[in-house]
Amino acid sequence: MAIFSLGLFTGLLYQIVGTLVGMGLVMLIRLLMGIPVWNPEPVWVVGMLFGTLAFMVGTGSVDDWFKWAKGEPTTDEHHSDPRLTGLKKYLALSFDHKVIGIQYGLWALVMITVAGSFALTFRTELAAPDLQFLQPDLYNTFMSLHGIVMIMGILLGVAAMSNYLVPLMIGASDMAFPRLNAFAFWLNVPSGIILLSSIFFGGFDTGWTGYPPLSDQAPLGMQMFFIGVYIFGLSSILGSLNILVTIFRMRAPGMILFRMPVFVWTALATSIISLTATQLIGLSFQMVMFQRLFGMGFFRPEVGGNVILFQHLFWFYSHPAVYVFILTGLGVISELLPVFVRKPLFGYRWVALSSLAIALVGFFVWAHHMFASGMETYLRVPFMFSTLLVAVPTGIKFFSWVGTMWRGKMTFQTPMLFVLGGISVFLLGGLSGPPNGTVATDLHLHDTYWIVGHFHATMFGGFVFPFFAAIYYWFPKMTGRMYNEKFGKLHFWLMLPAFYVQSLGQMQVGLLGMRRRIADYDVALGISASQMAITIAGFVIAVSVGIFFLNLLDSAKRGEVAEANPWNSRSPEWQLPSPVPEHNYADHPFEVLGEPYDYGLVGSVYTSLDPVPEPSATD
Amino acid sequence: MRHFIFAALLVAALTVLGILGLEQARLLPEQASLQAVGIDWLFSLHFKVIAFLFALIVGFMLYSIFVFRRREGDTTDGDHIEGNTSLEVLWTVVPLGVVLYFSFLGAQVLGDVERIDPLALEVDVIGSQWAWRFEYPDYDVVSTTLVLPVDQQAVLRLSSTDVIHSFWVPEFRVKQDVLPGDENMIRDLRVTPTEVGEYTVRCAELCGTQHAYMTAPVVVVQEDEFQTWLEEQAAAIPEDPVERGRLWAEQNACLTCHSIDGSKLVGPTWLNVYGSQEIMEDGSTVIVDDAYIYESIREPALRIVEGYPPAMVPGLGENLSDEQIADIIAFIKSLKE
Repeated sequence: MAIFSLGLFTGLLYQIVGTLVGMGLVMLIRLLMGIPVWNPEPVWVVGMLFGTLAFMVGTGSVDDWFKWAKGEPTTDEHHSDPRLTGLKKYLALSFDHKVIGIQYGLWALVMITVAGSFALTFRTELAAPDLQFLQPDLYNTFMSLHGIVMIMGILLGVAAMSNYLVPLMIGASDMAFPRLNAFAFWLNVPSGIILLSSIFFGGFDTGWTGYPPLSDQAPLGMQMFFIGVYIFGLSSILGSLNILVTIFRMRAPGMILFRMPVFVWTALATSIISLTATQLIGLSFQMVMFQRLFGMGFFRPEVGGNVILFQHLFWFYSHPAVYVFILTGLGVISELLPVFVRKPLFGYRWVALSSLAIALVGFFVWAHHMFASGMETYLRVPFMFSTLLVAVPTGIKFFSWVGTMWRGKMTFQTPMLFVLGGISVFLLGGLSGPPNGTVATDLHLHDTYWIVGHFHATMFGGFVFPFFAAIYYWFPKMTGRMYNEKFGKLHFWLMLPAFYVQSLGQMQVGLLGMRRRIADYDVALGISASQMAITIAGFVIAVSVGIFFLNLLDSAKRGEVAEANPWNSRSPEWQLPSPVPEHNYADHPFEVLGEPYDYGLVGSVYTSLDPVPEPSATD
Repeated sequence: MRHFIFAALLVAALTVLGILGLEQARLLPEQASLQAVGIDWLFSLHFKVIAFLFALIVGFMLYSIFVFRRREGDTTDGDHIEGNTSLEVLWTVVPLGVVLYFSFLGAQVLGDVERIDPLALEVDVIGSQWAWRFEYPDYDVVSTTLVLPVDQQAVLRLSSTDVIHSFWVPEFRVKQDVLPGDENMIRDLRVTPTEVGEYTVRCAELCGTQHAYMTAPVVVVQEDEFQTWLEEQAAAIPEDPVERGRLWAEQNACLTCHSIDGSKLVGPTWLNVYGSQEIMEDGSTVIVDDAYIYESIREPALRIVEGYPPAMVPGLGENLSDEQIADIIAFIKSLKE
């Protein structure tokens, strides 16, 4: 069975065995303690944790560490089996940051597709009032899973871009800790499986926020949600640590911080957030896990617990987390704009530092999710001020993008279309924020579809559009082939208008009284037509993403062979051959001599790397 | 400079279009409380600023896209403009001033919304999965409909018997989460209805299976009608224990989960249940009698009927007296087919 030699499948096999061992262990202990052997909650929870450990051993991602501990030598070889090609290469263990980046990307697309199909399912239910085919419990589970699986998918997409691009952009041959990098990636696989398994354990009906006491009463699926997110958080922390060390220690000669491509600045800002805030969501979920497992009472009102405390801990991470999603996307926008307008990025330092400013201010705004929660009332006004402050560094980005575009000689290939679409959608998302930020208006908007519309606009503009832009833009770098331009544009022109219909529709029904997270709504609100429009728009987006997938699959096999630097970019990764050699710049050392975005300045150079000669026609 | 003027004109045109468009669209429900006045004023200010800022960025974008785009055959780069520090300072400082001013306005409106009237009518609002109960402590009235006199402030004292709920009547605009816990967790929401009419309170915080249906009618009436209603309610406690039991069951949200027509909801139906033999989760059997029903209300999780989730929390029946439970048992007894 050759397939079981691939890391993914060995890991899965180990995970099944590990889960059974863990379950058996708990049952044995319970037997020895003289309490009933079978209690699904502790048995499954420990089983899942053991399964995760076993998965990590099975993939081989911890082998080298064990060898080091035993004093055995290891090789610098990137791949567990260098002969693997095509898709198989990505199903096996590798320490190469480019392979890991693409692994993250593929896993992200899987998760986003799964989460998207949950959304389509319950959007169909919402197309008309009354319950059609989804019972409320299943509706709640799908709605909750849509949220958390999307968040995972987005964080995986963020990690995909950071992993693939950061070392290439700063002139490093790999990440600072390649083995840790692989370890962090593979954690996501059991994490995703455990999370999705919650469907088979009764689901959970709390939304992705998991507020107790509801999450204290929810079915066993709730624990699967907590464990999945917990392991995922560990991966985020390890991954961001790796990126930070890579940025600080592995830059090419002359690559001072203010000469880095601006995307690296956003990776820096997001990594600081992930490294320092993720613990809080882990902690809050762990506390509810322990309530359920050991009867602890942190958030149990009947034993003096406080339900508001959970929300503070939860949002202390979960608000900054959205800046992790969007900053990366905004980094892609800032990175691609100069290339397609052939002009320097307007106010490079302001754009770079605004990312850090957003990250910093983002730590002081969490309680704006709690204006109606019943927290201490005096907290609301200071959090209103800090929340609106986020608009200032965000505004700098918008104005600088406009400054970049002004008098630029723009061309409109697919990546640029997604950049422009992304800016306009993120603008809509950003501008729909202040009404939630001022407390009085938020009292009407909180927990309505306005929030859903606002959030989806920030996510689409701040992540989804830029993510698609990035995939199209770096597709030739990753595969050596071009995507199909016609289908790329079709994807864009379907998705942009559909998204506007969806998002504006959500905002409108929210204002008119549509609450979030409900399986059914009142005809009397007069929003049925808008609901139908939102659902149709959702399906159009799905169709456009389907076109994207077909384009990708077909182009990876049969696409035109790409030129070395199809976008005529100054960034160092485009000076290398495509696909990039295994050890990046090991045979192409370079020095940074100038500014990254000096488009239009005759004779200016960014890096000293020799351009790769164009392959001649006879090759 | 010529380009700049044209782009500015485009922005102005888009702003006007945006504001006119937003004025045409149906965006907010009827305004039916004093608190809504300030909130709606702030909304309309927000909408105008949104229209302007959207036009500002998109206008300049569209102008760049259509006017400066690369012409056929041109292969040169754009102008080498690296930035402009005065512009950056300008678009940092001006937005800073604007957001500080907006926060100040927001705080002012919030102050208006929270203004306390010492003569406010007190109503205890109790949320349970998945129903609302309204108690008027000054009048000894309990109701499943929230009846409020027009043009008088009501202070709603919100509490929950189980999970977090949220009290929201869209026409009143204001919203407040309803928390479980002791008296320290009771939260106040002040509303001054200004329009006579019928509304609906909708739970806005996800609270489990039937969250979508956790609604209750709200009726705003003239002061004299309100007094009449109070008197009717006080006199409306039925003599018949069965009818009293039905009233208690309605007020305490029992019927959200237990049907009286035989259909299966979250809990077992009450139709024909009295005297029947039921199989418990642990395999034992129970005859449903007075003692079992009493126990199931006081300690719901003790013995659960097979096939049903242990969804009911002890808090639900906490405020029921033994006499009221006896009435409910009488009511259940009466449900025979």
